Amino acid sequence: MKVRPFEEVVAEHGATVLRVCRAVVGPIDAEDAWSETFLSAMRAYPKLPDDANVEAWLVTIAHRRALDVGRARSRRPVPTDTVPDRPSPHADPAARDPDLWAALQRLPTKQRQAVAYHHIAGLPFAEIAELLDNSPDAARRAAADGIKSLRKTYQKDQTP
Amino acid sequence: MTANIFDDLHADDETMGKLHRRLEHAADTDGVLDVAYRTIDTPVGTLLLAATPVGLVRVAYDVEGHDAVLSRLADVVSPRILRSPLRLDTVARQLDEYFAKRRTTFDVPVDLRLADGFRRSVIEHLRDIGYGHRESYATVAAAVGSPKAVRAVGTACARNPLPVVIPCHRVVRSDGSTGQYAGGPVAKAALLDLEAA
Repeated sequence: MKVRPFEEVVAEHGATVLRVCRAVVGPIDAEDAWSETFLSAMRAYPKLPDDANVEAWLVTIAHRRALDVGRARSRRPVPTDTVPDRPSPHADPAARDPDLWAALQRLPTKQRQAVAYHHIAGLPFAEIAELLDNSPDAARRAAADGIKSLRKTYQKDQTP
Repeated sequence: MTANIFDDLHADDETMGKLHRRLEHAADTDGVLDVAYRTIDTPVGTLLLAATPVGLVRVAYDVEGHDAVLSRLADVVSPRILRSPLRLDTVARQLDEYFAKRRTTFDVPVDLRLADGFRRSVIEHLRDIGYGHRESYATVAAAVGSPKAVRAVGTACARNPLPVVIPCHRVVRSDGSTGQYAGGPVAKAALLDLEAA
């Protein structure tokens, strides 16, 4: 199979990667993490093997970029008013529902990552284990524990 | 269901549009936007415009299949391709002016890497055929020093990577009929009529 234009990769996977970033680093840092992820991916794209799982590859990059963005934020001394594009509360339903962020952010990091990579991106636990540097069983348990905690702490408006 | 929980992380179109524009700028600044493209609506249909950092590399008609054209660019130029109108602003404006009869020449940098050898010399010659003028395939063949290569000139014109901007539509049959065209005979006749009016 020939390599597809990168535009198709953005169109097909952009939304999922943003949801993963939002779950892992929260709504504000998610856009920086997304941007870093796709710029890194675009740099490396010509060398991506033809048979690669593109979404898993993007999540792997997002995993690393999210860590970078998190570190940059913790180094940033004071939030300033020069941040250009804050997510608009109207455009972003998640921003209207801080409970979900609170619930996700209360999870231990590995649980939050396992939940995002499995339940949002659909990665198999074997691949998640490589990212989290644990075993597939441990990754599965982290995701299951994370979901259990979320069910307990985030119960708002879940039914139509 | 867990699916319900994560629906709240939904990525809306406005945010995705903003992130896309941010990626376009970052990729361009970083030097990895190898091909930028956009489309433009014209009287001869929707045209695909694509540019490398060197210049305009491809203009394609609907009938050529824009997806197929982008796949081919991914293959022969680079897969680092984004829909990114900014790089095409000037040529899009000039095309609008051309179709509004306010412009007779195009003044944009071009990247002719998709045409080499004999095709390249034909394409270079086409750039010298002025607005409203016509040349026969035989005249072009003679002008590029291969008077017997009339058929090859026809092929080179049909495969012009930059139709409209490089005026292969001004090359017609010796009997005056319009002949073949990448955008189809109707589009060719429309361009000749526009320039004749």
